[in-house]
Amino acid sequence: MAMIEEPLYPIAVLIDELKNEDIQLRLNSIRRLSTIARALGDERTRKELIPFLSENNDDDDEVLLAMAEELGVFIPYVGGVEYANVLLPPLETLCTVEETCVRDKAVESLCRIGAQMREQDLVEYFIPLVKRLAAGEWFTARVSSCGLFHIAYSSAPETLKTELRTIYSQLCQDDMPMVRRSAATNLGKFAATVEPAHLKTDIMSIFEDLTQDDQDSVRLLAVEGCAALGKLLEPQDCVAHILPVIVSFSQDKSWRVRYMVANQLYELCEAVGPEPTRSDLVPAYVRLLRDNEAEVRIAAAGKVTKFCRILNPELSIQHILPCVKELSTDSSQHVRSALASVIMGMAPVLGKDATIEQLLPIFLSLLKDEFPDVRLNIISKLDQVNQVIGIDLLSQSLLPAIVELAEDRHWRVRLAIIEYIPLLASQLGVGFFDDKLGALCMQWLKDKVYSIRDAAANNVKRLAEEFGPEWAMQHIIPQVLDMTNNSHYLYRMTILHAISLLAPVMGPEITCSKLLPVVINASKDRVPNIKFNVAKVLQSLTPIVDQSVVEKTIRPCLVELSEDPDVDVRFFANQALQSSDQVMMST
Amino acid sequence: MNGGDEVVAAPVGPPQPLEWKFSQVFGERTAGEEVQEVDIISAIEFDKTGDHLATGDRGGRVVLFERTDTKDHGSSRRDLERTDYPIGRHPEFRYKTEFQSHEPEFDYLKSLEIEEKINKIRWCQTANGALFLLSTNDKTIKFWKVQEKKIKKISCMNLDPLKAVGNGSVASSSNSVCSKSYLANGGCPDKSSNDFSFPPGGIPSLRLPMVTTHETNLMARCRRVYAHAHDYHINSISNNSDGETFISADDLRINLWNLEISSQSFNIVDVKPANMEDLTEVITSAEFHPTHCNTLAYSSSKGSIRLIDLRQSALCDSHAKLFEEQEAPGSRSFFTEIIASISDIKFGQDGRYILSRDYMTLKLWDINMDSGPVSTFQVHEYLRPKLCDLYENDSIFDKFECCLSGDGLRVATGSYSNLFRVFGCAPGTTEATTLEASKNPMRRQVQTPSRPSRSLSSITRVVRRGAENPGVDANGNSFDFTTKLLHLAWHPTEHSIACAAANSLYMYYA
Repeated sequence: MAMIEEPLYPIAVLIDELKNEDIQLRLNSIRRLSTIARALGDERTRKELIPFLSENNDDDDEVLLAMAEELGVFIPYVGGVEYANVLLPPLETLCTVEETCVRDKAVESLCRIGAQMREQDLVEYFIPLVKRLAAGEWFTARVSSCGLFHIAYSSAPETLKTELRTIYSQLCQDDMPMVRRSAATNLGKFAATVEPAHLKTDIMSIFEDLTQDDQDSVRLLAVEGCAALGKLLEPQDCVAHILPVIVSFSQDKSWRVRYMVANQLYELCEAVGPEPTRSDLVPAYVRLLRDNEAEVRIAAAGKVTKFCRILNPELSIQHILPCVKELSTDSSQHVRSALASVIMGMAPVLGKDATIEQLLPIFLSLLKDEFPDVRLNIISKLDQVNQVIGIDLLSQSLLPAIVELAEDRHWRVRLAIIEYIPLLASQLGVGFFDDKLGALCMQWLKDKVYSIRDAAANNVKRLAEEFGPEWAMQHIIPQVLDMTNNSHYLYRMTILHAISLLAPVMGPEITCSKLLPVVINASKDRVPNIKFNVAKVLQSLTPIVDQSVVEKTIRPCLVELSEDPDVDVRFFANQALQSSDQVMMST
Repeated sequence: MNGGDEVVAAPVGPPQPLEWKFSQVFGERTAGEEVQEVDIISAIEFDKTGDHLATGDRGGRVVLFERTDTKDHGSSRRDLERTDYPIGRHPEFRYKTEFQSHEPEFDYLKSLEIEEKINKIRWCQTANGALFLLSTNDKTIKFWKVQEKKIKKISCMNLDPLKAVGNGSVASSSNSVCSKSYLANGGCPDKSSNDFSFPPGGIPSLRLPMVTTHETNLMARCRRVYAHAHDYHINSISNNSDGETFISADDLRINLWNLEISSQSFNIVDVKPANMEDLTEVITSAEFHPTHCNTLAYSSSKGSIRLIDLRQSALCDSHAKLFEEQEAPGSRSFFTEIIASISDIKFGQDGRYILSRDYMTLKLWDINMDSGPVSTFQVHEYLRPKLCDLYENDSIFDKFECCLSGDGLRVATGSYSNLFRVFGCAPGTTEATTLEASKNPMRRQVQTPSRPSRSLSSITRVVRRGAENPGVDANGNSFDFTTKLLHLAWHPTEHSIACAAANSLYMYYA
């Protein structure tokens, strides 16, 4: 202990705790590895700390994960880019552990370091590392290697490049499905670094093998590669090589493969160009929209708008719209729900006439859907239709839908519709709102469920913001204040909450004249919970109102509450008094 | 006919009947020793290579065994020593490690006790020299990693150098000193890094801890817990060939999991009727096809096996194929439905055949032929007249497991009185052996023709324990309902069977 001087003590502890029994302390030390490195200096970091970490590979996963992350940004602490290669060995071991998230992090850090390394170091250290991992005895190493090729490849000399491509194609035929999955996942990244000439030959043949893999999970990932590869190829090559694959995938036996195609298809449209899109991709997409499996239809329905944006309106109306009509009455509520969440986006694509003629009936039928999520999804995107056709056409059907949702027996549905009320208010305008929706907003303040009352209080505040204080004075404040005499203390508490939210919006004058008296009055309530909430509300009102009001009205009330028999009331009253003291002192 | 099978079978195509010999026993009972309920073995499973064997018991423990004979394979001296023996080596195992996989629990919401008993064990892909396996009780599946862990000794600390040299117990006290001082001085560690500017060469007096390792220790760590996905009791778990997913099946549902995600699973089969009063059939066992990642078979209490194709749809309510045997008209009795219930199904290694066990028979099905089983083997036909007694004492609901040899040419299953039976299923063979789980497996050699089987050979034997045995029938055949051999497994590559008799694990080879 004598060796360690007093100011070094914390750092000495930090180093010792790299090997503490308590995992929390070890984690803490690893997270501060850069401090330790700086204390040791560049040279000892390279010669002692890094080898020390390389041996530290059987620690808990959390520690290993933290280490993998720290090492990714460690180049400055080992003496700069020319020494970056010393960081590779510890990360190489981390690439072989069996916990996936640790391996992924180690690969990410290796990529980050590799991207900064000098070309000759990449050839000397990084590429051999990739080759070692790719030839690893356990599948874990081989899985990790797939994610490193795109860093290694571009700086490799010609012969090594050929070798790397060969190794990659072997990985795509590995015995272990895990390795083939990793190779399929990373193919797009690797392909982006490969020269066009080899892209068409080597990479495409790798890709073809993957698309014929007998494991569904590998083929699924190959589908993901389609879009990435398609964007790299020339349009005519894409049509020749990728298009047939995707069309056959869209008819794959496995619904999970078709599901992936449904998700990805629109991305390919741009890569292949308009003519093949019309002749091949549209029919494929239409098939997916009519798939037997609901999950596939859900995915396809969710992409309707994105797909139509790429097509021209005529094609959309001719081919896609009929399917959309069918989907709006699909037997699966989840399909209808997915459709409802995107269908509003079709309005700008189709233009006004087609929207009114074709889409409007679909909107209306979805608004009457028996499943609340479907209706909610339509309502949530209302602004998009409003831009195209105006709200008038919809408003007649909208109201019953909203009222029904507002009274739904599931509180989560009620909560969801409350969230959209400000949006609706802005789209429908004051007039419509006053007539139909005002009463609903007040009704929610008296809901049985706390979350609804809470959201309702927030809602009146947002409405006041939307329509301004004058409107609120007429349409909100009187109704809210009316409820202060409700016989249930929980409802009275909601009103107090609403008042505290409304006050900043309404401004000092209305707060003093209308809101404050009600709050002061509530301080006489017989329920302590109301009283200490009064104290809290008064505290929040203090900065809004004039200083004289604080002195004349708020403080006396708080003083009175601070002598209340209830301990909680006294506590919050005193807290409010203290904070008002501080406000006074600062002014 | 007794003993005739071997001679008849010899000259032609079908393989020779195997001659089974005792190999090893673990946890053998001494005479008069009472078996503890918690020690009774409830699951046996070989891993894919056959180098490891796992057993689970009613006490929630998993015991691992490793093969020892492969290591000295090829040594010429041993070969010479063994020249006397015609067969040579056979798989031998030794105890490797054990761990507590499940603990008894109580579900407070449902007021339900959850036993710790291990229902099934399945091995997963080995990685980095560590073993991985799934174990399940009625409700919760756990993913275990068993690995050699180095026992580390840390020395050369910056602080308390004197104490740090001491032995293990002192080391922990030195740690506590460290953490205390850390709290005192390093309370705000950020400050430390900002306060000093470290000299360019670093601070020479600081040292890294030295780690020395002397020995290794086998450690089992629970990596993931897949819980709260089953309302009923889990009867099977099975790994997919993709190495990434597995299924768990209970009485009414089958769920699909990703090994790496324990927070969600997907329901792929649900046979629960809208009204539970309409329930007529439950799932009894489920297994993935060994190589086709999208094929899954499950058996039911009505004696049918359904093959489903996961590609067809997300919720596999409709099966791709149905295997069931039409019952012979007129043979129906009160027990027909009970004994038709399938207690276990297993795919053969090549995936072409499915073996199923119901109360009285083993059946082998070809997945390309759904009209009926390829072969049926009577396991203990002599019990048929006693079904009533077996019903009375609930034995009729015992769930016997079954297994196939690696080459798919033989099948095996258990019976009462610690007996198990091995049948040949190659065309033309009539091999049917009865063995007893004891050190002398052939001692109650009951050579019964496998089919047609009607009555037992009149074998007069002194019953094993005591003269008074309620289970001796008129012919002197003993059957002891309490000693049942439910669990057994066939080595994936060799003729070696591991089977559980209460708390003892017996191993045989041929």
